Amino acid sequence: MIHFDQVGKRFPGGIAALADLTFTVESGEMVILSGHSGAGKSTLLKLIPAIERPTQGSVVVNGQNVAALKRAAVPYLRRNLGMIFQDQKLLYDRSAFDNVALPLAIAGVAVRDAGRRVRAALDKVGLLDREKAMPVALSGGEQQRLAIARAVVARPAILIADEPTAHLDDDTARDIAAMFHAFNQVGVTVLVATHHEALFAPYMTRRITLSHGRLLP
Amino acid sequence: MKGWLLHHKQASSQALRRLAGTPLNTLLGALVLGIALALPAAGEMLLANFLRLAQRVAAKPQISVFMALDAAKVEVAEIESLLRKHPQTREVRLVQREDTLKRFKESEGLAEVLESLPRNPFPDAFVVVPRDESPAGLEAMRADFAKYRRVEHVQLDSAWVKKLDALLRLARLAVTLLAAVLGVALVAVTFNTIRLQILTQQEEIEVSRLLGATDAFIRRPFYYFGALQGLAGGLVAWSTVLIATLLLRGPVADLAALYGIEFALHILPLADSVVLFGLAALLGWAGAWLSLTRHLRN
Repeated sequence: MIHFDQVGKRFPGGIAALADLTFTVESGEMVILSGHSGAGKSTLLKLIPAIERPTQGSVVVNGQNVAALKRAAVPYLRRNLGMIFQDQKLLYDRSAFDNVALPLAIAGVAVRDAGRRVRAALDKVGLLDREKAMPVALSGGEQQRLAIARAVVARPAILIADEPTAHLDDDTARDIAAMFHAFNQVGVTVLVATHHEALFAPYMTRRITLSHGRLLP
Repeated sequence: MKGWLLHHKQASSQALRRLAGTPLNTLLGALVLGIALALPAAGEMLLANFLRLAQRVAAKPQISVFMALDAAKVEVAEIESLLRKHPQTREVRLVQREDTLKRFKESEGLAEVLESLPRNPFPDAFVVVPRDESPAGLEAMRADFAKYRRVEHVQLDSAWVKKLDALLRLARLAVTLLAAVLGVALVAVTFNTIRLQILTQQEEIEVSRLLGATDAFIRRPFYYFGALQGLAGGLVAWSTVLIATLLLRGPVADLAALYGIEFALHILPLADSVVLFGLAALLGWAGAWLSLTRHLRN
């Protein structure tokens, strides 16, 4: 489903953020990407939706080499991915409902279908009664769950999350981890970057570890 | 097709929401554009009225054809029938030399002078009213008539037609230039408005991109915004000209009455109104396009 082959990423200025990465995330698998801060976890995740392009090697997602993808094809790649960003990237000038509806509007889903799917997604993360709330009125954990609802509303086959439990208290963080596991249980391929590996330990997930831009064996 | 329509519906309602969300900015923007557009629109309205007036008030152009002094009556009759047969002739009137002499003798002062002359100094003449009143058409007729036998001189009373034509062309050019200059201003104003819009929507643009929005999806609401703002400006301009026309109608009619002319100022013609709205929307769209191309790269 996701295959990295000898991937390297060098930023202008010569700093090698990633080097010689080769690994595969199989379809339906859940993988934890761990490593110290600054190890390159975020950079690695950004290569999958082509937010960043590798300077070496190939990144194959759903059979497509993302590294060589044309600019105009990138939006269609991203629509098949559910992404949860470290800084959430919620839109603070619109309601919880409208935030979750955005990916469907982008994909051109009819308004009536969209409403049903938005409520289903909010229900899955336990925010159905907060659909009219503005993001600032939500707690940190609720905001994170809102970001998850937005990531899954278009029913992507792959879910990518960057530090989804950062800044959350332990109970909330455990809830979030359980949520990812639940999505994985219904067949979604999940890749989570985190330095809270222990949260995911109960689910016996495979773990890959980055250190200074390289995979530890 | 359905998705495409849906996207346009979403984009237009999003643009409307943005316009309605900042009513003061929207109003000020529409006023700036409207006042700029009102100038050429008012010029166009005046021009249309002037054309209407010119067509009604001005006398029909005429061509005077003078025969040779010693032309026989038979020859004059022959020319008359030729003139009548000319395809561009609407009306021919013969002014006999005897009549002309009589008319001049009736006027004070000239009678004695004419009395002292050995013979009638006036030739037979025709006054021809042409069908084609364009300067080129009149000129062609003059050339034709001058070739007729025993015709001494053809005089075109078209100097004023030419002057009027030149004046109208100048006025038309002035209105067009004004429209062009202020059209550029409209594009510039929209360019700036859209630039500010892009800045305030930066976050939404970025998030939409991350969620798989195409360039077209991101640009569409701005196009609608620019076009709608242009249209609002067009509406302000149109209303301004309408109000000005209605206010001026009475005084202009009074003024015209002093010259013995019955004249009511007409509002901007329908075709011109359609052009005004169309151009305003198009220029707004163009300003948005320029701004997006300049500010939305990366």
